[in-house]
Amino acid sequence: MSLLSLEGVSARMDRRTVLDDVSLTVRPGELVALCGPNGAGKTSVLRAALGLLAPSGGRVRFGGDDVMSLTSRVRADRAAYLPQDRHVAWNMPAVEVAALGAPFLSLEEGRTRALAALNDVQAGILADRGVADMSGGERARVLLARALVANAPLLLADEPIAGLDPAAQLLVLTLLKSCARAERGVLVSLHDLGLAARHADRIVVMHQGQCVADAAPVQALSPDVLRTVFGIEGTWVHTADGPLLSMRTYCE
Amino acid sequence: MIAGPGRVGLTLALMVAIVVALFAAILVGETTLSAAQWTQAVTDPTSGPAVVLWQVRAPRAICALVVGAALGLAGAVMQGLLRNPLAEPGVLGVSAMAALAAALAIVLGLAIVPGAVEVAALVGAAGAGGLLILFSSRIRSPEALILFGVALSSFAGAATALIFNLSPSPIASAEVMSWLLGSVQNRSWIDVAWTALALGLALWLANCAAPGLRMLALGEEAAETSGLAMGRLRLMALMASVLAAGAAVAVAGVIGFVGLAAPHLVRAAVRGDPGRLLVPSALAGGLILVLADLLARVTPTDQELKLGVFTALVGAPLFGLIAWRAAREWRT
Repeated sequence: MSLLSLEGVSARMDRRTVLDDVSLTVRPGELVALCGPNGAGKTSVLRAALGLLAPSGGRVRFGGDDVMSLTSRVRADRAAYLPQDRHVAWNMPAVEVAALGAPFLSLEEGRTRALAALNDVQAGILADRGVADMSGGERARVLLARALVANAPLLLADEPIAGLDPAAQLLVLTLLKSCARAERGVLVSLHDLGLAARHADRIVVMHQGQCVADAAPVQALSPDVLRTVFGIEGTWVHTADGPLLSMRTYCE
Repeated sequence: MIAGPGRVGLTLALMVAIVVALFAAILVGETTLSAAQWTQAVTDPTSGPAVVLWQVRAPRAICALVVGAALGLAGAVMQGLLRNPLAEPGVLGVSAMAALAAALAIVLGLAIVPGAVEVAALVGAAGAGGLLILFSSRIRSPEALILFGVALSSFAGAATALIFNLSPSPIASAEVMSWLLGSVQNRSWIDVAWTALALGLALWLANCAAPGLRMLALGEEAAETSGLAMGRLRLMALMASVLAAGAAVAVAGVIGFVGLAAPHLVRAAVRGDPGRLLVPSALAGGLILVLADLLARVTPTDQELKLGVFTALVGAPLFGLIAWRAAREWRT
């Protein structure tokens, strides 16, 4: 059974249609990348999946349950969310920020889990450092640890590598991939098509609120989709490290 | 609330400082007592020195403590709720609305009814709270709530100025002005008791809302998906801050900057955690106001300095400093 399924979901915000009959699934052990230009509806898909955006049509399910019928506590048990915004309002130590991922545990258990999660994302050494005193990449890892602490079977991440340097981008995607390998389901929105193709099991391409492709990376990002959705000419080059996308601006 | 060694040490240090400050506030005054008068004050509760100590100085000092604690708590809750280091009761319009209602009660001649001005101030604060709760239930953005609070504060300030303009009695206008400047002079044990009751209730509400304040450090979306009942926790936090700020304004008039300064003084000791900040911030607020009132009393001026004026003179530069540091952080 899939961990997450969107079945013909439509949604509106400020009288504007942001999702139009979108269907997709995320199964255990799968890393699914949501790709598309700015404003295509990637964040709206994640928000609808989490119950933050009520669908005007269709249905979102966690397992077999309608998301809108679940309490916020049950939703949090089923899905963890890593928002794009990496700003933490106060300069709290990393271990306490990570422990916020499990607010219903005791202080001791929360700290233990937080330390384990920080170690998992190679940030154990940062446990006592204030998040305001960290680089963007370090903070991204701490916030990823916060999302992992809950141990939810589903992880949704909104552009988790935006603004990070190449090494941090690769590290975060590798960590997300290892989450999927641990039988979690991961749905992540990404702008970098090359990294998406190399790390995702499937790519869902969004365009003007609609899902226009849902397949293995090279098939989903076909030359036709690259041209019509992204406005680029692209060619896949197969290497030992996986497919690489060679692209240039599309001129009619 | 979670107890950490830093927070416990800070709390104990603040409590010791408060006890020392209270002793100083009771010992020092306009009337200097001899050793014999001190003995009399302790042994004979009906004597003149006893009245000076236990009916004038002590309630005044404790009232400053409770009012300062209420303002410190309200500031800590508001800053956590809005994720903004510049938030305080004045910013959200709670103080201004309480002041407007109290001013209205004074010019309508209700000041002769015991407790009427205080009740009016509480009603004004509750009105502001109701509007803020209504607004925040529709729009979740903290920035929008701050803007709404600023608008509410400006409106209440303008309406209070209009009351001055239209007041037929200069005596009533002077009374309003005196009340607006803030003071804990001539406050009774009854004033202390009901303000302490409101503070206790606000502290309980804030304590219940602490997990929500902590989670809000990560932003609205992360908090909404954390599994916590954020709507209920946000409402409790707002009620706590309105109750604390309203009670403080009701008993002592408008005293600015304590709600802003107190959380900043203790934030580093609790490692930024907005949930653990609540009690230390309340204690720091209480300590600040006891010391400020003591300094206002002993400053050699013809007329005693008003507490609100004194805290504003010290607080305004502090506000500027915090804004400057915040602007530097935003730039980097």
